Amino acid sequence: MGQRMKRRNMGKSKSVRALLGIGMFVGWLQTCFAADDSPKAAPINIFSPSSTPAIEISHLAVFVFCITGVVFAVVAGLLVLVIFRYRARKQDDPSEPPQVYGSNQIELAWTVIPVLIVVVLFLATARVIFAIQDAPKPASALDVTVTGHQFWWEFRYPKLGIVTANELHVPVSDPNHPTPTYLKLMSADVDHSFWVPELAGKTDLIPNRVNELWIDPLRTGVYLGQCAQFCGMEHAKMLIRVYVDTPDGFASWVNNQRQIGNQDSAAQAGRHVFETQSCINCHTVSGTVATGRFGPDLTHLMSRSTIASGIALNNEKNLHDWIKDPDHFKRGCLMPAMQLSDEQIDGIVAYLSTLR
Amino acid sequence: MADQIIAISGTLGATPTQKADATLLERIQSWVATVDHKRLGILYVVYSIFFLLVGGAEAICLRIQLAFPDNHFLEPGVFNRFFTMHGTTMVFLVGMPILFGFANYLIPLMIGARDMAFPRLNAFSFWLTAFGGLLLYFSFIGGFGLYGMGSAPDVGWFAYAPLTARAFSPGHSTDYWALALIVSGFGTLGTAINIIATILSMRCKGMTLLRMPLFAWLMLVVSGLTLITITPLTAAQIMLLIDRYLGGHFFDTQAGGSAVVWIHFFWIFGHPEVYVLVMPAFAIANEIIPVFSRKAIFGYPAMVGASICIAFVSVSVWAHHMFTVGMTSVSNAFFTLSTMLVGIPTGIKIFNWLATMWGGKIRFATPMLFCTAFLFQFLIAGLTGIMLSVSPLDWQLHNSYFVIAHFHYVLVGAVVLCIFAAIYYWYPKATGRMLSETLGKWHFWLFIIGFHITFDTMHFLGILGMPRSIYTYEPDRGWNTLNMIISIGGVIQGIAVLIFAYNLVWAYFRGRPAGNDPWDAWTLEWSTSSPPPEYNFATEPVVGSRRPLWDLKHPEDPDWRYEQ
Repeated sequence: MGQRMKRRNMGKSKSVRALLGIGMFVGWLQTCFAADDSPKAAPINIFSPSSTPAIEISHLAVFVFCITGVVFAVVAGLLVLVIFRYRARKQDDPSEPPQVYGSNQIELAWTVIPVLIVVVLFLATARVIFAIQDAPKPASALDVTVTGHQFWWEFRYPKLGIVTANELHVPVSDPNHPTPTYLKLMSADVDHSFWVPELAGKTDLIPNRVNELWIDPLRTGVYLGQCAQFCGMEHAKMLIRVYVDTPDGFASWVNNQRQIGNQDSAAQAGRHVFETQSCINCHTVSGTVATGRFGPDLTHLMSRSTIASGIALNNEKNLHDWIKDPDHFKRGCLMPAMQLSDEQIDGIVAYLSTLR
Repeated sequence: MADQIIAISGTLGATPTQKADATLLERIQSWVATVDHKRLGILYVVYSIFFLLVGGAEAICLRIQLAFPDNHFLEPGVFNRFFTMHGTTMVFLVGMPILFGFANYLIPLMIGARDMAFPRLNAFSFWLTAFGGLLLYFSFIGGFGLYGMGSAPDVGWFAYAPLTARAFSPGHSTDYWALALIVSGFGTLGTAINIIATILSMRCKGMTLLRMPLFAWLMLVVSGLTLITITPLTAAQIMLLIDRYLGGHFFDTQAGGSAVVWIHFFWIFGHPEVYVLVMPAFAIANEIIPVFSRKAIFGYPAMVGASICIAFVSVSVWAHHMFTVGMTSVSNAFFTLSTMLVGIPTGIKIFNWLATMWGGKIRFATPMLFCTAFLFQFLIAGLTGIMLSVSPLDWQLHNSYFVIAHFHYVLVGAVVLCIFAAIYYWYPKATGRMLSETLGKWHFWLFIIGFHITFDTMHFLGILGMPRSIYTYEPDRGWNTLNMIISIGGVIQGIAVLIFAYNLVWAYFRGRPAGNDPWDAWTLEWSTSSPPPEYNFATEPVVGSRRPLWDLKHPEDPDWRYEQ
């Protein structure tokens, strides 16, 4: 009996060590990741949420991880125990071990316990599903219509008369006077998915269908996300930037966006090129003849910090390269290279630079 | 009591297979024209291993591209083709055919029959599957249609509409994808019908349904499930082709069709398909774990019941792939619950395997090493599956690398590991030679280390917001190191698979002769010679329990005394 106890203890300590090893491996991975931090943008993480839906989800996730973690520890511990305790040894006699065929009581026990775990998990989950999906929409909510395109995002603010692209501006939401943003999700072509992990889970944009998603960001800042449903060649380069502004900042952004396009005569030559080429078939600059809707609205292009759906910084050099050959940044995007001369492109860039 | 008399024939009466001096052409002809279930089984397995190497090479290319941010190893279009072909290949040209190959080879031997119920349907099904695969890969050459328009399919293995419409997928690549899967799908249906008929009507004397090896039971369940899953896929493919060529509007959203209907069709196929792939893995573990633990399987009736239960529940969980398409809260709650319920019978299986090992004398030969690792990986796969069934959490993790990690844990950690185990276990039966244990252990340890480096790390990338199907990422996203680690793990797995392939070839010529029963096992296939003669058994065996060879080897303590 004593020897038997000793053997059992040995098995346990080994299983504990195996678990410790796994924990250390995970820790090591995390330090690898931490070393990866670059000053530019903090990497996103579903466990650093800034908006009620994402916070609810991360709390639920911690709960689920704990329960599954305990199940893992118990079952994996048993497996390790069995491996070390019942492995065949050289000194064993060659006879077969006692044959056991089963036991109904034991089967019943390990059916009932998982049933109980499922009930607990399901109830916790159902609460969060209804809390997020069926949350009543307050009158103070901001409406934005998001339309997915191959391979960029169109944002329309129907009540404010604003149209913009790729960079969504929303006001920060004070928990005492919530101003959540309700996104109406649609698609102009194929399926896309709107995913900004720190603000909410993802929801798909499906042609011929309207989906809804809401966020109420509690902290100002820039939140990164991207399309999460494979949508064709440049699916990888369809980034989302959400700017969460202070109420004043948001009001002044809205004020600027509601102006028509700059009518300054400074870049007349470039404006002439822009308006006499095919640019206007796809792009809009409000207050001009450019009323195309296939591409992003350019009325306030210079108020955005990136171009090509977050792939390149919005500066003169990148604009030049982009117009000269969009494939340079985004091979397979739907904007064609227009075979313009460098002077023509310089003119267009000069004109676009006035669109603040 | 009469049927409890043990009479295993074939062992003594078997004559070694005639090796006549045939010319090369005659030999090839004998393989092409064969209707022998064993030869067809081997053809299936060889065909699948070939495509395993192809699909694996594609995966390595994908990982090289993703090892560095803003990498230019693969063009975006080529990357999209490769991940589409990797997924399609691994599911339809590796997973299904290899598991049906094992079923083909083993079921008649296990139930004491001389062949499948419909040998010529069997050959027809194999060649349909084989030509389906060739058709899919011919798209690399023939898919252009229009100049500069795609070659191989590039719409993802799930091929969500309307990306597959002609407006978004010109050329013929999507047609090759749909047609190849229709063709191989008919092959799969033929085999499934054949397996069901064989198991129901060809069992030897004394082998009641509850005395069948669990392998046969699981294959019966899988074949029934196959009939349910492949049909909606085939229907959806035909609808897609009607849309593309005959002016249909099933999925044509520009004309009022529905993209969501495709998603439903695909996952009504796709989720039970996961069980079609993983239950044969369970089947393999059910044979190997008892033999190497030297104990009877614990809870045989519970294992049968759990398998049937999984099959039933698995057809009601498909929409857990659709938590993000905008279903109502009630639907989301329903599919959360139904998905969690699958965990219960699956848990019963894991506990039964542990109980089988408990109190045994476990011999860790290579097949058992793979099966033990399978238990560990499948436990993790099941738990991450529970996490993903929590629909709010799925809203975050869906289509992220967490999901990629989860289903590779299932498809590699469970299915591929059991396939390796099965090959190490039954290769001696099929060829008469043992695979090298030394190379087997190298294969095992390298593969397991590579597996964990790759797929454990992927979970973290999902939590850090990296979506699937992207061909590149910016250097400032915080994903660089983890992606590099994943790629290194992928290369280690690749090396392990090459060792395995070498082992297969080496052992065929140089391996140690196996004898009839190298593992001291208990099911009927080990009572005949290795390789078995064309007729399998000289006379029809008669069995009295689930482990006929145990009864033969232990006349003092036969199983039939204890089985209910």
